[in-house]
Amino acid sequence: MSFVPETSARWIALAATLANLCVALPLWWLFDPQTSQMQFTEHVAWITAPPIYYSLGLDGISLPLVLMTVGIMPLCVLASWNAITTRVRGFMAMVLVMETAMVGVFAALDFVLFYVFWEAMLIPMYLLIGVWGGTNRLYAAIKFFLYTLAGSMLLLVAIFVLYYYGGHTFDILALSQGTYPAQLQMWLFLAFFAAFAVKVPMFPFHTWLPDAHVEAPTAGSVILASVLLKMGTYGFLRFSLPMLPDASRLFTPIMVVLSIIAIIYGAYMALAQVDLKKLIAYSSVSHMGFVTLGLFVLNQQGIEGAVLQMVNHGITTGGLFLCVGIIYERTHSRLIADNVGLAAPMPQYATLLVIFALSSLGLPGTNSFVGEFLVLVGTFSWSKIAAAVASLGIILAATYLLWMVQRVVFGVPSPHHLPNLRDLNQRELVTLVPLVLLIFWIGFYPNPLVSRMHQSVTNTLASMSREKVAPTAHPSAGGTAPLLVDSDEQLEIQGESR
Amino acid sequence: MTYALIPLLPFAAFLILGIFGHWIKDKAHLVAVPAVVVSWLLALMVFFDVAGGHQTSFPLYSWLTSGLLDIHIGFSIDRLTAVMLLLVTTVSSLVHIYTIGYMHRDPGYARFFSYIALFTFSMLMLVMADNLLQLFVFWEAVGLCSYLLIGHWYDRPAACSAAMKAFIVNRVGDFGFMLGLLLVWYSFGSLDYSEIFVRAHESAGEVINVLGPFGGTWDISLLTLICVLLFTGAVGKSAQVPLHVWLPDAMEGPTPISALIHAATMVTAGVFMVARLAPLYNLSPTAMTLVAITGGITMIVGASIALTQTDIKRVVAYSTISQLGYMVMACGLGAYAAGMYHLLTHGAFKALLFLGCGSVIIALHHEQDMRQMGGLKHKLPITYWTFVVGSLALAGFPLTSGFFSKDHLLVSAWSAGPLGQCLTLLGLVTALMTAFYSFRLVFVTFWGPSHVDPHHADHVHEPSNTMTLPLIVLAMLSILTGYLGIPEFLDPLFETGAAEATHEGGAAIGIMVAATCMGLLGIAGAYYVYVVNPALPDRLAGQWQSLYRASLHKWYVDEAYDRTIVRPTFVGATELWKRVDVNVIDGAVNGVARAIAWGGWLLRLTQSGQAQHYALGMALGAVVLLTMYLFL
Repeated sequence: MSFVPETSARWIALAATLANLCVALPLWWLFDPQTSQMQFTEHVAWITAPPIYYSLGLDGISLPLVLMTVGIMPLCVLASWNAITTRVRGFMAMVLVMETAMVGVFAALDFVLFYVFWEAMLIPMYLLIGVWGGTNRLYAAIKFFLYTLAGSMLLLVAIFVLYYYGGHTFDILALSQGTYPAQLQMWLFLAFFAAFAVKVPMFPFHTWLPDAHVEAPTAGSVILASVLLKMGTYGFLRFSLPMLPDASRLFTPIMVVLSIIAIIYGAYMALAQVDLKKLIAYSSVSHMGFVTLGLFVLNQQGIEGAVLQMVNHGITTGGLFLCVGIIYERTHSRLIADNVGLAAPMPQYATLLVIFALSSLGLPGTNSFVGEFLVLVGTFSWSKIAAAVASLGIILAATYLLWMVQRVVFGVPSPHHLPNLRDLNQRELVTLVPLVLLIFWIGFYPNPLVSRMHQSVTNTLASMSREKVAPTAHPSAGGTAPLLVDSDEQLEIQGESR
Repeated sequence: MTYALIPLLPFAAFLILGIFGHWIKDKAHLVAVPAVVVSWLLALMVFFDVAGGHQTSFPLYSWLTSGLLDIHIGFSIDRLTAVMLLLVTTVSSLVHIYTIGYMHRDPGYARFFSYIALFTFSMLMLVMADNLLQLFVFWEAVGLCSYLLIGHWYDRPAACSAAMKAFIVNRVGDFGFMLGLLLVWYSFGSLDYSEIFVRAHESAGEVINVLGPFGGTWDISLLTLICVLLFTGAVGKSAQVPLHVWLPDAMEGPTPISALIHAATMVTAGVFMVARLAPLYNLSPTAMTLVAITGGITMIVGASIALTQTDIKRVVAYSTISQLGYMVMACGLGAYAAGMYHLLTHGAFKALLFLGCGSVIIALHHEQDMRQMGGLKHKLPITYWTFVVGSLALAGFPLTSGFFSKDHLLVSAWSAGPLGQCLTLLGLVTALMTAFYSFRLVFVTFWGPSHVDPHHADHVHEPSNTMTLPLIVLAMLSILTGYLGIPEFLDPLFETGAAEATHEGGAAIGIMVAATCMGLLGIAGAYYVYVVNPALPDRLAGQWQSLYRASLHKWYVDEAYDRTIVRPTFVGATELWKRVDVNVIDGAVNGVARAIAWGGWLLRLTQSGQAQHYALGMALGAVVLLTMYLFL
């Protein structure tokens, strides 16, 4: 990238991301939804001692996320087409590095490889915010960097501990089959929590998000909202649940309460915002609350709803940030007060913005409704009160989003900005329309997507309900009371799964 | 499968207009009107099929499966559906035709048609649904259409606020609906109507401890809880007290919408839902009582407000709230067929009244204040006569459809026990008010001296044929729907005792006479007050000032909501954001950062770069170590 002229950097980045999409898209059809095995695996020795592999693969949980990631990236490049005027080469390079790292995180089957990708995301994101960001970009970039780095340190420690307790391997699948002492599980869970909860972000670790979003360039915001936030919830689902089932069950009430606080609190905070990006950032906190809620009610509907909601949030919130970027290019302001009455001068833009807002507030017929419905169904069987309180979030969502729409879309535009308010050009239409199609496709016919998750989610739940017993080497730490399972049967199941 | 075309044709029209509306522009009606009219013909076919004893239900496709959850989109056609299909497609077709004239030269002409086509599609899917989730999905979809159409003139702030208010108030109701839906699935393991009804019978005695999570005990019958939660949705959609506040504001939308969505079809969805779930509601007397009382209160509250409003559309809107109250009350008393009968006749005459209002409003260049009208009966003869027919039907004048349905409704209510008898008396009082306000509207608008703005007075004329034709058709329907035998058509579906008791005994005749007298008395009263003695209204208002004000200000419900809910919510959000997020959490985050920086600065002091400091440090260290070594 550093050898190409600035002007062609855009085209090269677009070609690269599109090529990636073309390669990834057939996986949708090649994927076999009948099995919970990892598919499309690659397994190459990387470091022999300790044994670290370049090991990749997809299952029903990671496939939708990978497809969403590679689908979002060309749109990010297109959205930065005119918005980024300085150091285009560097910017595009960072975007492409991000894509590698993000796909890597979702596909990695080796814990060290995962961690490498995980940390590799930090630097380009830091630069995207810190170099191409807004006025207060340094504060936001450092806040983002330190917040997440502090969490990741503990993740690294946890990975090493798992290596020693899990039979000297970094293989994620093998570690998921392992059994760990209950007490150890608790500490590992907390270490994972530090890394993942910050990324999601869960209440009360969410304050980096509004700052990062406000300062980031459009593409940065989109990547952050659509993909980066999913890393945290993906981590919970891929590691915390199958590896630490006892601790997960133990912490379920706390996680559910934190999720519900996030849903209500995030939505309520969104109501107070005057900056479009901050409003959407807080709505993200609320929506991601639904994801963590779905994960930790620990049943089929909840988890499938959570995975679906990860994808939905990527599509919908990505679309909303793209919309904010488009209007920022015209009025150079993200304040709601500066962007009013867009329906008359920009009818196409207004239509699409309303569709994204309706999707975000979970209107039936759009994608988010399906995800939220599944999560609520899952939550309801865990606790009716929890589901009832979480449902309040959808009233608040309608309020802050429609109020935003009322101010931004309706009314009369200020004469000061009117000459700049031209409707969407073809490039901008191309960035937004695919997302709208996805919104309605998932809204009206979610079954193909959800049915691809069935086996993997069932498998995750099965590996959780398999009672885990501490290895004999650490009898003191394990042996908690509820492990009343026939030991022969236990061995049999373990033997089968290895 | 031809049945599937009924909703799909309007949907196709919506798609064509939504995508190509920019190019179709003022030819939009050529797409939308044929689609809806063909739907209407198909609905007519369905009606005769069903009347011939043919009932059917078939799935369209599998929507979502997850674990034990299995939801499909499908259709169920029975007598109730057939009646609703006929109502929706008829009113929709007429409103489509009326719109051609009403929205002529509106810049959003194509957009408007695409939205009402979308609405028609959603409403048809709603009434044809064979499971609760599909009902809910399209329940919200019609709400969306209502939102979009109320806000059609988006450059008017009042219209935008009204649209938002409608959506959010409905969301409050739908919050309960959603929980009811979840409870149904959780308890019965299915969302299909047929399945639910079977399971509901089995779990008739089950109780649920709603205070369980808080350590308390408050056992509620499972079915009661389900019914009450689902009814919350109906309270929002059918504008029942206390969620009625959105409907009058919704009058900011173009008048064809008020006729189609906010009178004839969407707002009746709540009544339809209760009737659809009749087998469920029949199992919970407590929930039924609540439904009946809610309807009764709404009935009288709506009518009492309609008495004093001066905006022509708002009078009709409060009248709609009141009439919806009648229907909900009937359902709550088990007289589902009577409620549905009134729903159908009301759909015809209320759509007529709204379209008549629209005709007046257009003639007067968007003037909606009754006090600026008067003396229009000679200038707008077709509008006037059709309006009178609609008002007679609303007032329950003998031999109009409203007379038959209201009478049938009150007689059925009377036979439903003590609560029914109390509510019947309330219904008779409401009937008096209804007749009074509907003829107040007629007399003030069409009779007496003209108060029309002199600039427009000379140009006032009847609108084009596309607008008067629907008026004439609806006027005929306002009479004819009374003679179609709808209650007899629906009775086999509900199998309740209320219907049989209807036409027996002296009570029935007594109520019929009473209702008729109330209607005539109301009309005569309005004639006396507004025609014979025009100075009287002001004097009455002066004498009963507090009552007059309360009615004029809609019992101050909006003001109360604004003070207790709306403003505290918004102010609270900003306060909480500043206090918690900005001060506490970010304060802590920045505090940690500052503490680390300060610690670093402290440590840096030791790195002074002067050899004697380091030497001193070494010496002190040596002493400490030596002391420890010697004495510990």
